[in-house]
Amino acid sequence: MDSLNLDEPHSMGTTIIGVTYDGGVVLGADSRTSTGVYVANRASDKITQLTDNVYVCRSGSAADSQIVSDYVRYFLHQHTIQLGQPATVKVAANLVRLLSYNNKNMLQTGLIVGGWDKYEGGKIYGIPLGGTILEQPFAIGGSGSSYLYGFFDQAWKEGMTKEEAESLMVKAVSLAIARDGASGGVVRTVTINADGVTRNFYPGDTLPLWHEEIPAQNSLLDILSAPSPEPMSM
Amino acid sequence: MSKAAVDLPPKGGFSFDLCKRNDMLAKQGLSGPSFRKTGTTIVGLIFQDGVILGADTRATEGPIVCDKNCEKIHYMAPNIYCCGAGTAADTEAVTDMVSSQLQLHRYHTGRESRVITALTLLKKHLFNYQGYVSAALVLGGVDCTGPHLHTIYPHGSTDTLPFATMGSGSLAAMAMFESKYKEGLSRDEGIQLVVEAICSGIFNDLGSGSNVDVCVITKGHKEYLRNHLLPNPRTYVNEKGYTFPKKIEVLMTKITPLKERVEIIETGDAMEE
Repeated sequence: MDSLNLDEPHSMGTTIIGVTYDGGVVLGADSRTSTGVYVANRASDKITQLTDNVYVCRSGSAADSQIVSDYVRYFLHQHTIQLGQPATVKVAANLVRLLSYNNKNMLQTGLIVGGWDKYEGGKIYGIPLGGTILEQPFAIGGSGSSYLYGFFDQAWKEGMTKEEAESLMVKAVSLAIARDGASGGVVRTVTINADGVTRNFYPGDTLPLWHEEIPAQNSLLDILSAPSPEPMSM
Repeated sequence: MSKAAVDLPPKGGFSFDLCKRNDMLAKQGLSGPSFRKTGTTIVGLIFQDGVILGADTRATEGPIVCDKNCEKIHYMAPNIYCCGAGTAADTEAVTDMVSSQLQLHRYHTGRESRVITALTLLKKHLFNYQGYVSAALVLGGVDCTGPHLHTIYPHGSTDTLPFATMGSGSLAAMAMFESKYKEGLSRDEGIQLVVEAICSGIFNDLGSGSNVDVCVITKGHKEYLRNHLLPNPRTYVNEKGYTFPKKIEVLMTKITPLKERVEIIETGDAMEE
């Protein structure tokens, strides 16, 4: 058991997922940021906005991923002004890839870029450690993703509806949270399509329970502080 | 070392060679000079009218308490304060530097500083030094966009939270916050909770101790309550104070008032646009 070292760099153990559906994309993530074994932030937001129509899921080192997404947001803003129209998801993903690849020795961050543009519709690009760029119908990342490869092989289908995609997302993140110590907290999702962006939030008690998970109970303290029964009288 | 390795052209940026040398020396057993750390418990929370920051006042140099009443809540702007944990020199230097940058920015823009400005300046600086500037900060303030509370870690990552704790006593303080925090606390309830959290750190963490400092920031107004609570008074105090071994005799008293050295001459014409 590691001794509690609060000087460790912050990493987002994480489970991040991006899924395309018929008409857009859904991005999802857990909310745990850990320093070694201590949970530094139990309600972090790992889905960061790059432009109005492109978001990125961050995993790996918290500092590295925040800085990369800050730089990309800045470059995309300039690009949008120069171009005169919203940036495409492909451009955003490539800017992320250029930073990740050219600084691969110094960065430790895996990212999933997802969004909607009028040329290609909904697109997901996975950019793991090292800076490869892969356009995929769905992408998973972070330490919790190890537990989801088999699940997605079985559960993923082409041409899902928005509701199907979102519930698949929530199910997948909650499965990963159940098995991965470095993932936890709440499930956040962002849905991006032609109509715009919708953020959703699923706290722990709304998630389904899996094998050996027991339902939440009231604390013994609440039971003990209840009024004691009347003494018996003859 | 391989001489066949290709010579890379010198790149810009900070050179971490000496840091690597230090790490190697430490592995070989050489202990570096001990420096002053602020063991620390620092906290912040958002209440209904703004932000409350709290800190303990112990500074340690290895196992020794070198300052029993240091100030850990640093001024950044009239509406922004920052608590610092980690190496005392680093927290002082980085908060001073960003405070100056914010003041220049205020002159430049003619507006009140925003908390995210301070956040970005701090995070950029700390990231550039890759965690070697050992400053863990709780930044809080109220600006035109509302109350804000952020934590900044030595590697440059930041979190935005309704309540936050940092330092060696952060676990003890977080335990208090997690059980008692709720949204929309009043000013007195907020101060009470902050004091409880800091006391929890003071009494349960060896790196934190002495007194509690509190800073309350609301829209257009701030209150820096230095030594708001002193739960560790000196138990045995000698009434005589310090006495010199030999009796000191006063031979002569001479008082010389210092003359004004600077003469102010009426300025000429005011500067033209």
